Amino acid sequence: MTVALFVPCYIDQFYPHVARAALTLLERLGCRVEVPLDQTCCGQPLANTGFAREARPVMAHFVRVFAPYEYIVAPSGSCVFHVRHHLEADDAGAVRHVQQRTYELCQFLREVLQVERIPARFPHRVAVHDSCHGLRGLGLGRPSERMTPAYSMVRDLLRQVDGLELVEPSRPDECCGFGGTFAVEEEAVSVRMGRDRLGDFLQAGAEVVASTDMSCLMHLEGLARREQLPLRFLHVAEILAGAD
Amino acid sequence: MEGFIELPVVDHARLAARFVADAERAQWHDELLWQVRLKRDRAAAEVPEWEELRRLASAIKAHVLSHLDHYLEQFEAQARAQGLQVHWAWDAAAHNRIVHELLATRGARCVVKSKSMLTEECGLNPYLEARGIEVIDTDLGERIMQLLRQPPSHIVTPAIHLRREEVARLFHEKLGVPAHLTPEEMVRVARQALRQKFLEAEAAITGVNFAVAETGTLVVCTNEGNADLGMHLAPVHIAVMGIEKLIPRLVDLGVFLRLLARSATGQPLTVYTTHIGRPRPGQEVHVVLVDNGRSRRLGLSRFWPALKCIRCGACMNTCPVYRRSGGYSYGATVPGPIGAILMPGYDTARYQTLPYASSLCGSCREVCPVQIDIDEQLYAWRQEVGPRYVPRLKRLAMRLAARVLASPGRYRRAGRLLRWSLRRLPRRILYGPWNGWGRARELPSAPAESFLEWYRKTRASATAQR
Repeated sequence: MTVALFVPCYIDQFYPHVARAALTLLERLGCRVEVPLDQTCCGQPLANTGFAREARPVMAHFVRVFAPYEYIVAPSGSCVFHVRHHLEADDAGAVRHVQQRTYELCQFLREVLQVERIPARFPHRVAVHDSCHGLRGLGLGRPSERMTPAYSMVRDLLRQVDGLELVEPSRPDECCGFGGTFAVEEEAVSVRMGRDRLGDFLQAGAEVVASTDMSCLMHLEGLARREQLPLRFLHVAEILAGAD
Repeated sequence: MEGFIELPVVDHARLAARFVADAERAQWHDELLWQVRLKRDRAAAEVPEWEELRRLASAIKAHVLSHLDHYLEQFEAQARAQGLQVHWAWDAAAHNRIVHELLATRGARCVVKSKSMLTEECGLNPYLEARGIEVIDTDLGERIMQLLRQPPSHIVTPAIHLRREEVARLFHEKLGVPAHLTPEEMVRVARQALRQKFLEAEAAITGVNFAVAETGTLVVCTNEGNADLGMHLAPVHIAVMGIEKLIPRLVDLGVFLRLLARSATGQPLTVYTTHIGRPRPGQEVHVVLVDNGRSRRLGLSRFWPALKCIRCGACMNTCPVYRRSGGYSYGATVPGPIGAILMPGYDTARYQTLPYASSLCGSCREVCPVQIDIDEQLYAWRQEVGPRYVPRLKRLAMRLAARVLASPGRYRRAGRLLRWSLRRLPRRILYGPWNGWGRARELPSAPAESFLEWYRKTRASATAQR
């Protein structure tokens, strides 16, 4: 199966090891992975700020780059949510194709590859930080508000990792407060939300906070490093690809 | 709501920062509302068909709103047939004028009012007070806010932001009772003070939770019985309602009643659910149907679903921003997520920051009993607001970013420059006052090489050679 790896711009620039982990993981699971070198950004930062019209050339470029592929996979729930729900470009057919074929990594592993066994070991206490766009936007799990049977693709995958112990914060899926430009525009509330989230992870006894989204983790890790909290932050792909 | 006076722009971020600055209060407020959210979860979990009810409620509201003319006329005919007097108000001014005329022609000097967000929206209290009519709010939370001469901070629990000691102090100052009363004692004091007003009042004003078109009846849901006492004692009952409060049939009511109190406070039902039909002998019942921007909103193809709202407040209780920024940070009659999509429809310039007072986490959409896609509407409002009101410099930055991100070459060069700056610039420059991110957070560390650069070097060339 050929998969195009969609590397969100901030992962490309700040977290290349996360993209490498996703690449390694997909190849290990038998995918032929192609990395379109002309990819830039999906346009989400602009669109979420209210500039979807200005972002149209960015989105059109994204569609051109990824339209040839049958499967497009990204290690980010947020960017995939944007692609699936807010992508705008003139070529409506190509847009629809790209929207239907773009998957968040964990979702791709569970729904398409139906991975049941991950050959990885990670003997640590891990708390999952569900990114809101992944959880409520893409349905990677059952959000705590919803009165339907519980499930979680991310936890289903992490449970396959040898030695890994999942711990749960008291508020299962509260937002971390990143929210794109919200983190800066509403700095006070954003920081407060992040600190509360970190406190909840610490009281749950977590050593590691794992997420499908480095954007949430960039915010949480930024706070934790400033306050020198004893927490590590890893993308789920890093754990599944064999981080230690 | 569209006055001729230009009102100042609500700066949510600044007001929120002020609220958060009192860390202890912000934490208490957050925890208190989170407990209400948990009560809602437990109450909803007891209803196996909860999600089905939400779908149904949403569909019923969509149906009513798309046939509103029909149901309004049906309601009017049915209500008149059983002796209710129906009035139509195009806007807040007409609403206030109608209510005042009804009171003035009957010589009413004192009126008791149960909770009605519509009268807040229309500014009825100051309007009547300026014309010599005393208005007593009888909902306890609302009464507290009235004694403080402040608006409610939450649509269901108006004084949620106040601690009991603050209320005790207020009662001490305004009602002349000893300071440091317990909550039970304060309720007793309030009840005694209000009882006298109930007996004096020449008219009672209530809001309306639902109006049933088929029967021409009104439904009012309260927990304190204050609406009932008011309307049963006073010779004149004036019920005011937005035109979106209609439901088609009495059987539809069950869907909403099962959702409303569970979503609002985690109760299976409100303590009182009162149906108002034929007036008792000697009593007048008036219904004022208020538009005030609602039919214009109904014409907005993207934003009409906000009219489905049944004012349960669940979106406020679950909102991680509202819980930490307080109701006043929205500067609006209806705060929180629903306010953030309602208010810009009335005055886009004034409420331009509200669509940004959200991390777009979507929790509001998930708790909404009528499935309003609040997060998607916030996104859509940002598209309206951004290009028009966002400061010029930021707009320019957005255009520049779009140019960079639309071109692989420019993206590569900009990325290299950004990472170089993060690695090389001294900390005092990187973390200068311009850096809102860095006030409380470290910036991510920048690698020498981006992923795509690494891939081009190691993998792409290998692929090419193969």
